[in-house]
Amino acid sequence: MEKFNKLTGNAIPIRITNVDTDMIIPKQFLKTIKRTGLGEYLFFELKFDQDGNKIDSFALNQDQYNGASILIAGKNFGCGSSREHAPWSIADYGIKCIIAPSYADIFYNNCFKNGILPIILDEETVAKLQDTAENTLNFNIDLEKQNITYLENNEQKEITFEIDPVKKKCLIEGLDDIGLTLNKSSSISDFENNQAKETPWLYGSKTI
Amino acid sequence: MSAPKTLYDKIWDNHIVSINDDGTTILYIDRHLVHEVTSPQAFEGLRMSGRKVRRPEFTLATADHNVPTMDRDKGIADPDSKLQVETLERNASENNITYLPMSDKRQGIVHIVGPEQGFTQPGMTIVCGDSHTSTHGAFGALAWGIGTSEVEHTLATQTLIQTKAKNMCIKITGEVVDGVTAKDIILAIIKKIGTAGGTGYVIEYTGDVIKNLSMEGRMTVCNMSIEAGARAGLISPDEKTWEYLKGRPLAPSGEEFETAIKYWQSLATDEGAQYDEIVEIKADEIIPQVTWGTSPEDVVSIDGYVPDPKNASSDEKKRSIERALDYMGLEPNTPINEIEVNKVFIGSCTNGRIEDLRAVSKIAKGRKVEKNVHAMIVPGSGLVKEQAEKEGLDKIFIEAGFDWRDPGCSMCLAMNADKLKPQERCASTSNRNFEGRQGRGGRTHLMSPQMAAAAAIKGKLTDFRDL
Repeated sequence: MEKFNKLTGNAIPIRITNVDTDMIIPKQFLKTIKRTGLGEYLFFELKFDQDGNKIDSFALNQDQYNGASILIAGKNFGCGSSREHAPWSIADYGIKCIIAPSYADIFYNNCFKNGILPIILDEETVAKLQDTAENTLNFNIDLEKQNITYLENNEQKEITFEIDPVKKKCLIEGLDDIGLTLNKSSSISDFENNQAKETPWLYGSKTI
Repeated sequence: MSAPKTLYDKIWDNHIVSINDDGTTILYIDRHLVHEVTSPQAFEGLRMSGRKVRRPEFTLATADHNVPTMDRDKGIADPDSKLQVETLERNASENNITYLPMSDKRQGIVHIVGPEQGFTQPGMTIVCGDSHTSTHGAFGALAWGIGTSEVEHTLATQTLIQTKAKNMCIKITGEVVDGVTAKDIILAIIKKIGTAGGTGYVIEYTGDVIKNLSMEGRMTVCNMSIEAGARAGLISPDEKTWEYLKGRPLAPSGEEFETAIKYWQSLATDEGAQYDEIVEIKADEIIPQVTWGTSPEDVVSIDGYVPDPKNASSDEKKRSIERALDYMGLEPNTPINEIEVNKVFIGSCTNGRIEDLRAVSKIAKGRKVEKNVHAMIVPGSGLVKEQAEKEGLDKIFIEAGFDWRDPGCSMCLAMNADKLKPQERCASTSNRNFEGRQGRGGRTHLMSPQMAAAAAIKGKLTDFRDL
């Protein structure tokens, strides 16, 4: 898995609450059998109208946000469907960090599997950062130090954030979860042997 | 004696393989459901790393999201959908996983197929790369939706690395008013706690109202736990659960069934067990519910009105109501029962079971779908379809002017050919009213099967009890 440690880049403000994963990547792009190439479809129906014209008022279409690597979003970001195509499209677009007041559970977990850092900050701070982002400032994100720093009106600003230490370690080290779990294969076998005794019907021979 | 535990605590504790140094838990996964949309990249990952499926016999696959609901003999027209379904078929075959193809009458929506086959049982941990896996909680199984990386993890290890969620109890007190369904109950719950109200929790639904629901109704309630943000929903298993399971192909039988019941009975929440959060909802205050906006929490009673952003509690809420009204093409303060629809969708893992179709047939019998309305009924599985036809429900539907289809997810998420056109307005028994969910620009109002059927007859949202 891709590692995350430090990041410097500009940020796109998305001022919508309850952004669902249908909005992040609409269903017509879920028919792929690959993980890559979804970046161009990120927020597709917010970027283009029904005739395929660009919607200028949407931040992703505005030149000042070109090359942005951070998304500053509203609360309950990523709700709805479990589709991992949502973080795949975000990562493929070049976004490596999201800042929001809260996230839906499945999306939040999916981010960590794809090298994306989802930062949680209070609503007021997020709103303030969205305003700041409009001035095309670069933000520095340091996961090790758990801080966001930026220069505003020649003044150095710092915001710290909390993150679960386990999730932090996973991102910094880019750990392969499956490999780590497979190291515990004998514990899994022990569990299965014991479970087959306790609840044998789970290990029955019935098939359909 | 150990401290009293909740149903969730017990299932969790029974599945701990080991606890990692960092405090996370490796949790054993008893059963894994697989469909075509969220699995191809997981199988690809296994191939790339030379890993195998650990327990193919604990895994069941079927195609549901992409499948056509008519003219099946012609196959799948869309080449991408076709490739995705064929990829699942190949992956299942290469890994010795049981696969129910479109041509099998047991094919259907994974969350309907699992229970029907007895694959879903109390006390199990069940996952699927689909957020509506919460449906299986109706059996007292801990069931939740996962992303594709976790699908791969489950395939390779039959476990997941998890952190325990908190316990929430939602207690429905009092008695339901006549005509109020499981769908109205869960919509009322989401209205009360919001789409993020359950974030970080597993919800256990309790109270006589829940106990009195059929297994189908319980599945409807648990299905939409995810719309309340919860990781999973649970209902304590009881006689109705055993009765449902008895004789199902993959359920235990004979003496083993009796042993299993004893174990299942031991799973109920202990007296004195602590929940982190308790929410009480009075059933007698619930009447048929519908959504007006673009979030499943935008719920209003059928005798209510479209909200006015002027009365919003905050600026953010005001902006979000304005955005939803604009998308939905609705004016503030419009009476809900004056909203006209031109599409009706009856089906999905929320409301595509036989009981739902029976309820619809009672409304449809001797009546006609309004002439400007196209109303589709999509059974949740081939077995639901077969049962409905055995009972003659299909004849009632067709006679009334409903379009009777083949099973699949269909217009719940519109990945196949069934979708709303821009600005079409749909009364839907599905679970999400997000922007574009049922087709770009389409406008969705969520409700019970009875209410959707009544909307088809009247051409507008209406209290089915007044028909």
